[in-house]
Amino acid sequence: MATVIEVSGIRKAYGPTVAVDDVSFDVVEGEIFGLIGPNGAGKTTTMECVEGLRRPDRGAISVFGLDPVRDIYALQQRIGVQLQEAQLQKRIKVWEAVDLWASLYPRPADGTRLLEQLGLADKRDAWFLTLSGGQKQRLFIALALINDPEVVFLDELTTGLDPQARRAIWDLVRGIRDRGKTVFMTTHLMEEAERLCDRVAIIDRGSIVDIDAPAALVTRHCPERTVLLTTEDSSADARFRSIPIVEAVTRSDNRYTIRGRGPDLVTEVIRCLSNHRIHVTDFRTETPTLEDVFLTVTGRSIRD
Amino acid sequence: MTPRHLWKLTWLELKIFAREPLGLIGTLVAPPLTVVVLGRAFGRLPATSARLGAFVSIDLPVFASILIALNSVLSLVTIVSIYRESGILKRLRATPLRPRTILTAHVMVKLMLTAATLALMVLAGRRAIAIGIDLRVARFTIALLFSTLSILSIGFLVASLVPTARFAQPFGGIVLYPMVFLSGLFFPIESLPPALQTFARVLPLTYAVSLLRGIWKGEAWIAHLGDVAALIVVGVVCAGLSAKVFRWE
Repeated sequence: MATVIEVSGIRKAYGPTVAVDDVSFDVVEGEIFGLIGPNGAGKTTTMECVEGLRRPDRGAISVFGLDPVRDIYALQQRIGVQLQEAQLQKRIKVWEAVDLWASLYPRPADGTRLLEQLGLADKRDAWFLTLSGGQKQRLFIALALINDPEVVFLDELTTGLDPQARRAIWDLVRGIRDRGKTVFMTTHLMEEAERLCDRVAIIDRGSIVDIDAPAALVTRHCPERTVLLTTEDSSADARFRSIPIVEAVTRSDNRYTIRGRGPDLVTEVIRCLSNHRIHVTDFRTETPTLEDVFLTVTGRSIRD
Repeated sequence: MTPRHLWKLTWLELKIFAREPLGLIGTLVAPPLTVVVLGRAFGRLPATSARLGAFVSIDLPVFASILIALNSVLSLVTIVSIYRESGILKRLRATPLRPRTILTAHVMVKLMLTAATLALMVLAGRRAIAIGIDLRVARFTIALLFSTLSILSIGFLVASLVPTARFAQPFGGIVLYPMVFLSGLFFPIESLPPALQTFARVLPLTYAVSLLRGIWKGEAWIAHLGDVAALIVVGVVCAGLSAKVFRWE
């Protein structure tokens, strides 16, 4: 896969405040790449440097081999941008915005079809101010896609949306990737990153902590797994303790909590149940999430 | 900047402006109405007072025109700061639209509204004060658009610097209205104390008033080359400075 975005060693300070320091990562063609971290971690600053809206103090950025600041107008033909907390004119109609944006590019996508795909067809004549949060974000996605871009930038796309609208947006973002486009997104929602991103970069206090696929990050930083099950079998306790990779078994009445490390724990527990014909009435597993990874690598919760 | 983009954005901003009832009434309805009301009130009086006659036929149209110009400056400052504050400018900047296209579109909208307001006032005033639509009105329109453009550039400089839309009103109170007071519109600059006279001579509005009054009286452009030059200097300096200090967010 070709690398479309290369960021190496960028730094950006606003006065005495260093927003981003020595940030490096690559985004490859066709993936959904997420920059994740708490608010104020430097996500938006980093993204806006890549979009050419800000000039980093140090370091180099290349998008399709272009310099985002110097070649901004060449770059804008090939990228689509959705900005955090952007607005349009209150009384601009949906179709007018799409029409204006379409007029700015030599080979625009079909605006009417785009609005249909994003579920905004019946909002064509609505003023921007009358749209709901989810509709506004879908309109911004439409505007980001109007030039049929190769890379789409989505900054905190679902912040402030209700869970239902959020899920609808996630499907749309997957649809963008399925059409062969590269997506570079930021989010402070770990669930969103986990469900959507092929790879994520964890950023905290302006620095990248680690980069990988969400599942790989979980395996690397949070290898512990937990199996919770319920059984009447009196021999179960001893059987579970004899599994080599099990580290702890706690019991409360018939409910067992089995802890261990590594992805094999679940398989080993199931094998043990099967070998000894232990009858269970309930079985579930607990896997660490990106939130746990964040807590482990930064020493604090992302919700703080 | 392609003309197509500029026209498209100008037309769009004009439509958006027309959807705001209050702005529309304030800009297009109130000034002509003022002319009608004042014109009726004074025009019906017997023309015994030459001073009153001069006020109605010369000062009132000039005064009303200056108000239109200032109104467009204030609304430009307001709209640019609202656009900045709410992130509209930033969103537009992340498109192939060039900055100067966006800014020029807003200036065009204000100039078009100024011309439209003036036209309505002339129509209203024709009945009330009996002014004819003639060459003089055409020349006056050009003079007004030219003055407005120059004063707009001051507005742009301020709009480039002010952080929020709330600044627009104090700007009107602190900068614009004293400028109107000292511009020679109400009393001759020569009658001011010497210190204020000097101050009045550096105010761009002084030259706009002198130009508008002269053209309205039927004087030739050549007699007002100084005013025109002053307004050009103001326009160029302010436009140049605002291009340097303009903030998108």
